[in-house]
Amino acid sequence: MKVCDIIEKLGLTVFSGEQGLDREITGGYTSDLLSDVMGNSEEGQVWITLQTHKNVMAVASLKDVAAIIIVKGFQPEEGTINQSNDEDIPLLGTDMEAFEVSGRLYELLNN
Amino acid sequence: MEFKYDVEGGNFAKAGHAASAVKKVLKQLNVNPKVIKRVVVALYEGEVNVVAHAFKGRIIADIDPSRIYIKIEDQGPGIPDIDLAMQVGYSTASSKVREMGFGAGMGLPNMKKNADKLQISSNVGKGTVVELTTYFNS
Repeated sequence: MKVCDIIEKLGLTVFSGEQGLDREITGGYTSDLLSDVMGNSEEGQVWITLQTHKNVMAVASLKDVAAIIIVKGFQPEEGTINQSNDEDIPLLGTDMEAFEVSGRLYELLNN
Repeated sequence: MEFKYDVEGGNFAKAGHAASAVKKVLKQLNVNPKVIKRVVVALYEGEVNVVAHAFKGRIIADIDPSRIYIKIEDQGPGIPDIDLAMQVGYSTASSKVREMGFGAGMGLPNMKKNADKLQISSNVGKGTVVELTTYFNS
């Protein structure tokens, strides 16, 4: 499954990083602790978080995640958007809480 | 090959620059992607520690065909009890830093897990030196 597929199926907003929409998704990781994501996420996962600042992109890029979903309707900061475009890692958004969007993504990826 | 990067205390916008630069170099050298990941995790955590705790720091990365050696040297408060600092969950980070999702007490443990050798020496009130070595065919 690709990033563009989950956007449609989960009704996600695309903030930036459109060039990366054909990235392949291998799984998901839900966490708001940057060191946890740094230590435990894997390449190709979709990272679900409420963090909106630029360091999110640094971690995402170093770990080669497929995309980031920002939950609860939070808006990414401008620096985050710019780096997402530079790195071609899509920055997505949803009004859902982390629990719900994680569950729905899990279901999509495992069916 | 030796590379040097300056790190500014408190400037989170730039945290990760050294890790990103080193990642590019190792990719160009065709280092095993799994090894690159380990190096990058350890270096990023070290970089963030300087940004979160110190006034300023310098990172030196020395790469030869068999390994990468990284030295992260800072001018800052130092670490009074290194064994305690190594414990998962222990952190002295400010509440502002924690709100950003840092300061979970996972930085040094992540560094230990992702480096083949980790050496820390610290002078309270002066600064800390962290040395990381990772072998390419480990």
